[in-house]
Amino acid sequence: MELHVKMHSYSAEETFEAGRVVAKGLFPGSVVAFRGDLGAGKTCCAQGIAVGLGVKERSQITSPTFTLIQEYQGRLPIYHFDVYRLTCEEEIYDLGYEEYFYGKGVTLVEWAERIEAILPRDCLEITLQIEKDQSRTLRFYSCNEQYRRVLTFMNAEHV
Amino acid sequence: MKILGIETSCDDTAAAVVEDGQRILSNIISSQNEFHAKYGGIVPEIASRKHVELILYVIQDAMETAGVDYEQIDAIAVTNRPGLVGSLLIGLSAAKGLAYCHKKALIGVDHLLGHIYANYFEHPDLELPHISLTVSGGHTLIMYVRSRTTYEILGHTVDDAIGEAYDKVAKFLGLGFPGGPLIDTLARTGDPNAIDFPSPLIHADNLNFSFSGLKTAVIRYVNEQRDAGVDLNDADVVASFQKAAVKVLVKKVLNAAEEKSVSTLTLSGGVAANSALRDALIEEARQRDLRVCFPPLLMCTDNGAMIAGVGYHLYQDGVRSSFDLGALPSIPFN
Repeated sequence: MELHVKMHSYSAEETFEAGRVVAKGLFPGSVVAFRGDLGAGKTCCAQGIAVGLGVKERSQITSPTFTLIQEYQGRLPIYHFDVYRLTCEEEIYDLGYEEYFYGKGVTLVEWAERIEAILPRDCLEITLQIEKDQSRTLRFYSCNEQYRRVLTFMNAEHV
Repeated sequence: MKILGIETSCDDTAAAVVEDGQRILSNIISSQNEFHAKYGGIVPEIASRKHVELILYVIQDAMETAGVDYEQIDAIAVTNRPGLVGSLLIGLSAAKGLAYCHKKALIGVDHLLGHIYANYFEHPDLELPHISLTVSGGHTLIMYVRSRTTYEILGHTVDDAIGEAYDKVAKFLGLGFPGGPLIDTLARTGDPNAIDFPSPLIHADNLNFSFSGLKTAVIRYVNEQRDAGVDLNDADVVASFQKAAVKVLVKKVLNAAEEKSVSTLTLSGGVAANSALRDALIEEARQRDLRVCFPPLLMCTDNGAMIAGVGYHLYQDGVRSSFDLGALPSIPFN
């Protein structure tokens, strides 16, 4: 994984907006993996992506922690995963994840570090770090050109 | 009239037989200790495809406990929305198979109606319309309930569900899982006024909730105190967190009652077992001459009886589902 873009967010709105911009370049079959502590803004950024993909009501894009997967329809289908509740990697198999990850939609995965082994190598990785001053540092990584192009829309520091 | 109710929308595999929408002849839930003891093994927390392994045992157990055979069953009610599609499909497929081979009516039931209906087992005289607050790990909804089979969503969470906020705060503090009962108990020994946490959206001109910001405020406060080397009192933290959460839940449900001019409130879902929420709601309602109803504790969480109960009324209304009934993942926002 290579770091491509690094930015600072000073509010939930800015984190949401970053997601909205990233959405512009996403394509069928994209996978976006989120990493970050509780309260870092993973769901907020995922909401931005969903709205950027054309989901009209932001308020209806809620945390999938309990439901595990929530589906939305934008210009592409959106599969919003949250694997926080999984206690072991095998449990992801029971969710039938392959049909989502390798389908025609955009898959968003919160707590991606919990399913490291099955995460596709080609994906866009977004890490959110809580800083001492409560701002968030967002880092965007990928290992392929297609995802790198996704980030060209971002008005942020390109590494 | 006897209805077999099947529920697999989330983690629990559940089935029940209910007579005339009121008398529970059996109510089997896979996470119950009795069920474990009978069939052995560990029931996983995350269900989905695991429902496949359990569904037939749970249904069989529900039928045997009720002492009925399929001859005596009038219809099969099954949750078909909202929920995890993979999980819903298992209950739905089982229901279709049984309905087809035993020539019974099939009735698709909305899980949320089931939660509201849980109140009728304890309060058969419940007035309509009423306002329902459904609070659980996955839901935070205010609904205007017109009848046993129809409702309108007035407000909902725009991010985390209330039960999820409880679980995450508990986990962050290292209290364990599930967070609801742990925080509820610990909070009794703490000072709810120790820390001033926000009650997000409390002044917003709508009936929506947001608990993500409250969760983040708690985490932030705890981190700051830890960094400053201050010895934290967990009981004060959770009592203050709970106060902020309950305050906004109660305020919005009272606003809904006023807006719709109804005099009865119901609580349902797993968080309906929370004592701070119950106490605050009872007290506020008493001051306003409102009636508050709670379901029995076992009925707060997912179960088949509530689905059979709604199924009975849908059946009476002439509702029948066809065999192409699908599983719908989303909440039917208006």
